[in-house]
Amino acid sequence: MSEDALPSGERTHELLTMPARPGSPSAASAVITLAWRALLKIKHVPFQLFDVIVTPIMFTVMFTYIFGGALEGSPRQYIQYLLPGVVVQTILFITVYTGVGLNGDIRKGLYDRFRSLPMWQPAPLFGALAGDVIRYSVASTIIILVGLLIGFRPGGGFLGVVAAVGLVLVFAFSLSWLWIIVGMLVKSPESVMTTSFIFLMPLTFASDIFVNLSTMPPWLQAAVGRNPVTYLAKASRGLMHGHVAPGDIAWVLVASAVIVLAASPVAMRLYRKER
Amino acid sequence: MTYAIETAALVKTFGATRALDGVDLKIRAGSVYGLLGPNGAGKTTAIRVLATLLRPDSGSATVLGLDVVRDARAVRQKVSLTGQYASVDEDLTGLENLVLVGRLLGLPWSGARRRASELLEAFGLADAAGRQVLTYSGGMRRRIDIAASLVAKTEVLFLDEPTTGLDPRSRNQVWELVRRIAAEGTTVLLTTQYLDEADRLSERMAVIDRGRVIAEGTSAELKSSVGSNALHVRLVAADQRALAQEVVSRVLGDGVLPSADPLEVTARLKSAAQAADVLKAMTDRGIDIAQFSVGHPSLDEVFLALTGRPAEETKA
Repeated sequence: MSEDALPSGERTHELLTMPARPGSPSAASAVITLAWRALLKIKHVPFQLFDVIVTPIMFTVMFTYIFGGALEGSPRQYIQYLLPGVVVQTILFITVYTGVGLNGDIRKGLYDRFRSLPMWQPAPLFGALAGDVIRYSVASTIIILVGLLIGFRPGGGFLGVVAAVGLVLVFAFSLSWLWIIVGMLVKSPESVMTTSFIFLMPLTFASDIFVNLSTMPPWLQAAVGRNPVTYLAKASRGLMHGHVAPGDIAWVLVASAVIVLAASPVAMRLYRKER
Repeated sequence: MTYAIETAALVKTFGATRALDGVDLKIRAGSVYGLLGPNGAGKTTAIRVLATLLRPDSGSATVLGLDVVRDARAVRQKVSLTGQYASVDEDLTGLENLVLVGRLLGLPWSGARRRASELLEAFGLADAAGRQVLTYSGGMRRRIDIAASLVAKTEVLFLDEPTTGLDPRSRNQVWELVRRIAAEGTTVLLTTQYLDEADRLSERMAVIDRGRVIAEGTSAELKSSVGSNALHVRLVAADQRALAQEVVSRVLGDGVLPSADPLEVTARLKSAAQAADVLKAMTDRGIDIAQFSVGHPSLDEVFLALTGRPAEETKA
């Protein structure tokens, strides 16, 4: 008898007797369950997280020791400037996985199953987002711990760091909605990746994550200074080092709200559209 | 008689393609019903409309008396769909997938876990419960897909091509499971490209072609229109084919079916006994036979008999 033989008919009869359906789960319970699924995916496919964390750690270490002396006088001084920005960049890159995951689920047919279940229909989107926020938190923690090991000393203390990460999460959550749209429009997870990086590369590199605005030519300063990522990096640097800039924080919150308000209705419409 | 599924003049178009072009179906509660047709005939579209994933353009469809458009949510409470492609998350283990579905149906965590273990046993997957689905064989994957549809009370189960791509042993296991599920009183609507499969599992079946039902009935009724058995003769030499066809049509009266293969003669038999007459007549005339077999008519032969042309694969 092979390992996957079916049990006897009688036993099957016992096992197949289906319990009554208890009635639809609440929206919250469905979202929590789907967030649990997202966490299981991190557990089973840790490489996805590894992938996006190793590069920033390499960046941090390399930039700190190679350019640190030239840019800020010493590696130790530079990392104080660099690390909050690396957290921003890393998290923004990971947001792409929201769209990648969604696209894969739709393409493989998993969403057909979800959509034929009697739950609050947008639950899979919110479940994925909730799972992503946890993923972002894990990634931020790892980067900050590595930073602390090589000399990062946040003047704002623990609370300042937590507030800065919180702000990055808010912006990342809003950005995820854009990748949800991309995830539903393009054909393959690879194209979600490519399309999203076309936006993300300039958005994160043309910011003040790596170097101070004042070192750039004036025309570039004008552009980079208006980049929302620059505001986010400035605000989170301020929070981590204890010199809070309420203007920058407010700007980030407004930008996040605008992105969510503009993108989520489009995303929901696309989601409800039949495929 | 109560019908679990009824559709009337159901139409669904995708651009210029009429995927469903006026489909009428009546499926008795508690039965297994087969939708038979080639790729792109409209089988999957029909199932997706009935499972509330697509809205029909016109016509009506009810499942357990509930309208699939107006009462979509109530329909979802009573049906389950196992699509043609994986409807489970292959990164998760078999157990986790079933717990996930249980939770999304509203079961508490403990109930969802208990139910998941029961189903894994019923589907012969207990040993693989803790393994990621991506390590499963094709047959195991199909079974976990079907199991995910039975986590909680399901009155109507839709199975879209449940055995496509499976090896014979796995196919037999899926067939056995479908029979056991039906024995529990669940109405099963399955699509298939194989007459053989529809014949083994379903009481009644509909043959679908280009979005229309071109034949409907029990397997016996359908076969009487096609011939209960099909005769396949493979010749040694192509130049004997004309003679062979002549001999066959003389013995059988009519029933020779067109065949594209120059070495093959295919015919419809009214009874298996006729095969012996054909064999004798052929050997008497000195025709060299490479292979001589009697079997179920294939979907192609059903199509030839019903439409006079072979089953075409249209892009869905």
